[in-house]
Amino acid sequence: MTAAFDLDHVSVVAGVTTILDDVTTTIESGVITVLVGPSGAGKTTLLRLLNRLEVPTSGTIRFRGDDVATLDPLRLRRRVGMVFQRPTLFAGTVRDNLQVADPTCDEARYCTVLERAGLSSSFLDRDGGELSGGEAQRACLARSLLADPEVLLMDEPTSSLDDVNTKLLEANTCDVVRAGVTVVWVTHDITQAERIADRTLRLEGGRVVD
Amino acid sequence: MVASLIEVYARGATDIGWVGLAASLILIAIVVALSIAQRLDLERSIVWAATRAMAQLLVVGAALGFVIDPKQPVAYAWLWVLLMVAVAAVTVQGRAREIPHIVPLAFLGTGASALVSLGVIFVFHIFPMEARTVVPLAGMMIGNSMAATVVAARRIVAELADKRPEVEARLALGQPWQHASRPYVREAIRTAVLPQIEQTKIVGLIALPGAMTGLILAGVDPVDAVKIQAAVMYLVLGSVATTTAVIGLGLTRRLFTPDHRMVRLVRTAP
Repeated sequence: MTAAFDLDHVSVVAGVTTILDDVTTTIESGVITVLVGPSGAGKTTLLRLLNRLEVPTSGTIRFRGDDVATLDPLRLRRRVGMVFQRPTLFAGTVRDNLQVADPTCDEARYCTVLERAGLSSSFLDRDGGELSGGEAQRACLARSLLADPEVLLMDEPTSSLDDVNTKLLEANTCDVVRAGVTVVWVTHDITQAERIADRTLRLEGGRVVD
Repeated sequence: MVASLIEVYARGATDIGWVGLAASLILIAIVVALSIAQRLDLERSIVWAATRAMAQLLVVGAALGFVIDPKQPVAYAWLWVLLMVAVAAVTVQGRAREIPHIVPLAFLGTGASALVSLGVIFVFHIFPMEARTVVPLAGMMIGNSMAATVVAARRIVAELADKRPEVEARLALGQPWQHASRPYVREAIRTAVLPQIEQTKIVGLIALPGAMTGLILAGVDPVDAVKIQAAVMYLVLGSVATTTAVIGLGLTRRLFTPDHRMVRLVRTAP
């Protein structure tokens, strides 16, 4: 198995608070790696380092062998998509949202990504504000998939969803992984980690403990 | 400020005299009485504001007397304008405390708009370039621009702080910060410029604007007063738009890093 990301002695310090403390680990390609740990353990920060929404105070992060600090952040973010904790649909319809991600795609492409995210093409003209939490989060997943990312970062994506929608999103994500996308999933729910993880990384106090 | 314009264009001078000025304080006394009667607790603020305004205007009036003296070089008037831009920039910082080090940007924005607006005025000979026109016109433009700058700066920070998840979602899709911030900055700039546009739309229907009122009081033909007022109004609108555009671009750039990350924003109570 090849490494998607290599983290080498990565630390993040904000003021006097150490958020990540000398983390050295590898995130494998083509599998779901789940980051678990209590609130404040540094899970989200570690995730945000991978697409350069944040940068480390010290240490190096490599993506497919290249130091991410040397990569164009905009190209990196199209290769490493992200789904956030709360569904963050922009104003307008689902189609409008997909057009923000890629205005050049045709209708068939939009329908394909919606299907991969577990939504039918009838959702294209639905207003984002009218969708349920689960539908909105799957629309966000579709939006991220539009760039054909190699890696998908999922930051507690089911924290605001009910059980049914949680299971649906997990199933959609597993399908995405089977199609060759690497997923890094953050959760504090151990049972969810056991359900979906190919590999689990446990963080506590900013350190990887196993 | 309007008084100087009046003197340039008026057919006769108007002097309300010190007694007249003192009589106008009756209105302040009424407001103070109302404040006491209604327990608004505003009487000290009203008295302080009225006293301070009078003191400031007397000092400014004395200094202006020197600056706009036709015997003095017009360069003094431009120095006065520079001082006004600097004071406006410092005032913006005081009113938008949540945005650190905004003074240079406010100086640039207000200065640029004053330069463009006054450039149009004097290059196209809308008004003659004399100290009597430079100072009051600059004052009107800088005053309005300063207010718009404060609103624009505060709204940009508030919009981007409130909509941070959406902005970061756009950045995570690979959008550059200029695109990711655009819908929110556009909204903030609209908020800052709209009052000036609304004021321009209803001008004359509800209240007569200051310069025009002053000119009519001084005996100028209302049609001539309207022409002057219209020119001033367009230039004020132009300067407000220029300032907010400079502030919008400059401030937003500072809220993102060169590698397209959003900096942490701290909002304070309005």
